[in-house]
Amino acid sequence: MARVTAGVFTSHVPAIGVAVDLGKSAEPYWQPVFQGYEPSKAWLAANKPDVVVLVYNDHATAFSLDFVPTFAIGCADEFRPADEGWGPRPVPVVQGHPQLAAHIAQSVIQDDFDLTVVNRMDVDHGLTVPLSLMCGQPDAWPCRVIPLAVNVVLFPPPSGHRCYQLGKAIRKAVESYGEGLNVQVWGTGGMSHQLHGPRAGLINKEWDEAFLDRLIADPEGLSQVPHLEYMREAGAEGIELVMWLVARGAMGSAPARAVHRFYHVPASNTAVGHLVLENA
Amino acid sequence: MSFDRPYTDIPGTTVFDADQMRRGYWLNQFCVSLMKPENRERFKADERAYLDEWQMSEEQKQAVIDRDLNRCVDLGGNIYFLSRIGATDGRSFQYMAASMSGVTQDDYAKMMREGGRSVEGNRSRNEKPRG
Repeated sequence: MARVTAGVFTSHVPAIGVAVDLGKSAEPYWQPVFQGYEPSKAWLAANKPDVVVLVYNDHATAFSLDFVPTFAIGCADEFRPADEGWGPRPVPVVQGHPQLAAHIAQSVIQDDFDLTVVNRMDVDHGLTVPLSLMCGQPDAWPCRVIPLAVNVVLFPPPSGHRCYQLGKAIRKAVESYGEGLNVQVWGTGGMSHQLHGPRAGLINKEWDEAFLDRLIADPEGLSQVPHLEYMREAGAEGIELVMWLVARGAMGSAPARAVHRFYHVPASNTAVGHLVLENA
Repeated sequence: MSFDRPYTDIPGTTVFDADQMRRGYWLNQFCVSLMKPENRERFKADERAYLDEWQMSEEQKQAVIDRDLNRCVDLGGNIYFLSRIGATDGRSFQYMAASMSGVTQDDYAKMMREGGRSVEGNRSRNEKPRG
């Protein structure tokens, strides 16, 4: 059977993608950010998954205001990098895993999670920046990727608890898949940041660090944090962090072991947080 | 509208909820159109004519022409959508954020390098000053 072997958690700041694409990653401003991911790149090379279920949010790219699915799973063969206003990122096309994706959809929908099935979708920086951070600039991404898009653009997004429970359902789905695949679940977005209005630039390091602590040791408790606290404490767009709970839920409830932890301010407007977790 | 909006006391923040979505539908859909290079070119060639193709209010059109992003947000724009305007102008997200906080990009970038805007005093308009 397939297994969820690890969880990866990371911010997905668009400016990081720009820095990679323009060859700026060694510049003094960016070097500390990329340095923080070096151990994770080595870890990923040594623990290469067959498939990553990548939990991210679409930033008004594939989903305009015509359709706003709360949870959407990409079941296509491949997903192209989107043109977000300055041309598509020069990164490899993302290869999907339609069989496992369809299996997960079938399993979790029957488990009361009403996913939207998407068969055609371009993917934006929310999905490709985590791949760049973890894999660098390969000619092809090292594994297949199932995009799992979560609405965090239109309030309200799903609750942290709902995300956490979905993660558990995904774990169950993966474990009932016949083929022996090594699956990782990645949760992306955050950490504290606000991108709009006079409060833009808000960062709350204390809150972020406590979030990382609880994600490792007390995910059940963390999943009870209400939307209002995210928006007040971590910035209106910091609410993206609910997506990390999907990946954490996919690892089960027990305290996890942090293989790597990294936190840095700033990347453009945002606090960068990163964890690699394995089951203890 | 009857739904609960417990977040309206957060200062300098406009949560993109169903009210805002209804107000800003066409403004945001205009922004989506800027994801196509041919539309970016048409917009840049004649902003007013391009905006007139959309069922936006006059206020919304003027806010776009003025690049007044705070006004765009007031009028129902969502920042992820509005960022397409900045991208079309070749501006960074940090430039846009600085313009919304009323400081220069240099001052804003400095604030970020020094750890960002503090949450102290910024949680709620009802927050008592500390100290």
